[in-house]
Amino acid sequence: MKNLLLAFLVLPAVALASEAGYRLDRAPIDPRDLLSLQAGARTFVNYCLNCHGAQYMRYNRLTDLGLTEAQIRDNLIFTDAKVGDTMKVALTPADGKAMFGAAPPDLTVIGRSRSADWLYTYLRSFYRDSASPTGWNNAVFPQVAMPHALWSLQGERALQVVPGKDHGPAEYNWSQVSQGSQNTVQYDTTVRDLVNFLVYLGEPAANERKRIGIVVLFVLGILFIFAYALKKEYWKDVK
Amino acid sequence: MSEKKIDSTRRNLIVATAAVGGAAGAAAAIPFAWSWWPSERAKAAGAPVEADISNLGPGELQVVEWRGKPVWIVRRTKEMLDSLRRADDKVTDPRSLVAAQPDYAKNENRSIKPEYLVLVGICSHLGCSPQQKTAEAKAEMGADWAGGFLCPCHGSKFDLAGRVYKGAPAPINLEVPPHSYLSDTKLLIGDDKKGA
Amino acid sequence: MASRLMALWDWFDSRMPSVAEEFRKHASEYYAPKNFNFWYFFGALSILVLVIQIVSGIFLTMNYKPDAALAFGSVEYIMRDVPGGWLIRYVHSTGASAFFVVVYLHMFRALLYGSFKRPRELIWIFGVLIYLTLMAEAFMGYLLPWGQMSYWGAQVIVNLFGTVPFIGPDLSLWIRGDYVVSDATLNRFFALHVIAIPLVLLGLVAAHILALHDVGSNNPDGVEIKKKKGPDGHPLDGIPFHPYYTVKDIAGAVVFMMLFCAVMFFVPEMGGYFLEYNNFIPADPLKTPAHIAPVWYFTPYYSILRAVPPLFTSQFPGVMVMGVATLILFFLPWLDRSPVKSIRYRGILYKGALAIFVVTFLVLGYLGTEPVTVWGQFGPWLGSADVATVAARVFTLLYFAFFILMPWYTTIDKCKPEPERVTM
Repeated sequence: MKNLLLAFLVLPAVALASEAGYRLDRAPIDPRDLLSLQAGARTFVNYCLNCHGAQYMRYNRLTDLGLTEAQIRDNLIFTDAKVGDTMKVALTPADGKAMFGAAPPDLTVIGRSRSADWLYTYLRSFYRDSASPTGWNNAVFPQVAMPHALWSLQGERALQVVPGKDHGPAEYNWSQVSQGSQNTVQYDTTVRDLVNFLVYLGEPAANERKRIGIVVLFVLGILFIFAYALKKEYWKDVK
Repeated sequence: MSEKKIDSTRRNLIVATAAVGGAAGAAAAIPFAWSWWPSERAKAAGAPVEADISNLGPGELQVVEWRGKPVWIVRRTKEMLDSLRRADDKVTDPRSLVAAQPDYAKNENRSIKPEYLVLVGICSHLGCSPQQKTAEAKAEMGADWAGGFLCPCHGSKFDLAGRVYKGAPAPINLEVPPHSYLSDTKLLIGDDKKGA
Repeated sequence: MASRLMALWDWFDSRMPSVAEEFRKHASEYYAPKNFNFWYFFGALSILVLVIQIVSGIFLTMNYKPDAALAFGSVEYIMRDVPGGWLIRYVHSTGASAFFVVVYLHMFRALLYGSFKRPRELIWIFGVLIYLTLMAEAFMGYLLPWGQMSYWGAQVIVNLFGTVPFIGPDLSLWIRGDYVVSDATLNRFFALHVIAIPLVLLGLVAAHILALHDVGSNNPDGVEIKKKKGPDGHPLDGIPFHPYYTVKDIAGAVVFMMLFCAVMFFVPEMGGYFLEYNNFIPADPLKTPAHIAPVWYFTPYYSILRAVPPLFTSQFPGVMVMGVATLILFFLPWLDRSPVKSIRYRGILYKGALAIFVVTFLVLGYLGTEPVTVWGQFGPWLGSADVATVAARVFTLLYFAFFILMPWYTTIDKCKPEPERVTM
């Protein structure tokens, strides 16, 4: 146990090296853009929900995005799940671990543990790597067990890393090996919408929270005016 | 400033502050009280259930679970429907005047389609689930038993429209749940609005 | 109508006069100094946050499941499926951090104005006990969401007890109820967090306030107002707590609630300091996060723990030093030899020492949130040591110096004479 304690103090140093590597791009997401969120939901159920689950999210909550329950049922549910059910996945963690080396994590709150920028860069930084078990690697998450689920859209890319001179930053040279069904702009938009959706998935109540917050602060402001006037009225006597 | 003038300013301010403060406090209490309403999980579990009756033969009973309760679907034969008229004077509420059914089941057969009876299988006495007693059970149920249900807990008897027999401890007829037909072979138990 | 209400009150008051008596004793006839300033809001605000935490906590327990397999999911259930659940959760998470902000500022007031000095040592002791109890409450509460930080933070801290010589491993085993932090630990921490420690806290807060009211409040000038009484027997510089300070505290509370709600509704995560990002990953006993840090309010002590090097492969010295860093607070009334209470009349040495202490606490706090490599390394001339570790050691020494050298610098400090009456 003492060794464990010592190990914890050392681990951060090891981890920092990989974290500090690849520069993250800004994710240009707009949480109020319902069409973007709908597109992201569609990408999510088509490409992600086969391996990853979103077990804390109910399908019928997606009415937040301006969809009706019928639209959700027709376009976003491919199993026999009811619209009130949660977005579970059939792949068990044991099977996932056997297939990929690590069980695909549940994505319900991935938008809260990883930043939008991280997700946006990650999903656009896969490259071909013959040395890896899946044939894929990722510049943001080296040795990731996940293959490039969206490869048919982005196509295949290769990465050449040139180490920096004198401890300077490394150079990342990307090249397109084969075309996907989307060009760079289209793919970036697809990923942007997907990341927008993942952030929404992490906290569906976010927009409501901000709306209520404005009203609350306004009411408290009014209350303060009265409370302060009351205080001043009483404290006139004190000197 | 006269005492009276100061006092009334002070009192007005107290009242005003208390009013705004009280309103803010009540508003703050709302989410806490609101949290007691059924959660999405409870609503999903209590959601309407589809029942496929394509395999239900004449005279047969099918059980479906809805909101944790058994729901019976009986495909009544012509004989069974005729027997209902003979039972009219043996049951407590033959015309279903007490509200134990939606308006569309407030008829002599207590159903939308005479052929299919839909009931919540919970005795209206103290909540046990009655057993089906077909016409063959005359030895147990009496010579003119045409079929129906017997509750094992306290002996209440119900006919093939779920109407309670006189003399039973159960006070009212068995509940007909809200339901609708999605098609000739599909029932939706729990929803009669045919919405999305 | 009004006379009916008066009659009803008279009926009640004649049968339970102690309600009106206590109200007079502790509010309408409790004479507090009239010169309370900004620093005097935080005691009342502490009570407010305590109430907020209790109410929001009770409603959370209505839906939370204290089971290792269900806990994480139950929190997301509250956030999504329970009507208004997300708001109740954010009240509680924001309140936890708000509690420490308010309590630290409340304690700082005591350092500014010598509120811990004779005859108020007991109030200070109850206060330090409340602080320690609050830290235990927060620590146990943090395990409940059962995220990665919850799990590994608990694992590390419980392992600290394992460093105690001889009894350490058994002590950890006994605290955990299992070989690692597990469902057994979660269940008992839940019981302690929800019932046991809140009861202790309420008792200590009552003792704290009763001890205060028996002696009378201090004030920014450090002058004892009871020394100068008027013909009516009340202190000349005193005003009844009710209505003057009830009305002032209400206004202060509204301002506080505005800040609280601004955080809760717009930045509940506070950049990962109030709700840590890693805690949105369910606890995984097989995978340690790259970077474990306690929640921000513990980080000064975490820094001190990390700063102390192991002795004969044992981390126990670090644990001891961290423990002493908290316990030394108890001795403050006896370390301070100044004849004067308030910083307004103290000399430059105490002012300087306090300023350094504040900086120390903040720097140690910051360093505790980061890995030890955050400021890079020195060159080979200092053994390539981490700059942050060396800094943490320096500031740890400064932290202790504030207390240990206090008998000396408060004795030789050149004070100004205290006034007879308070200054507004």
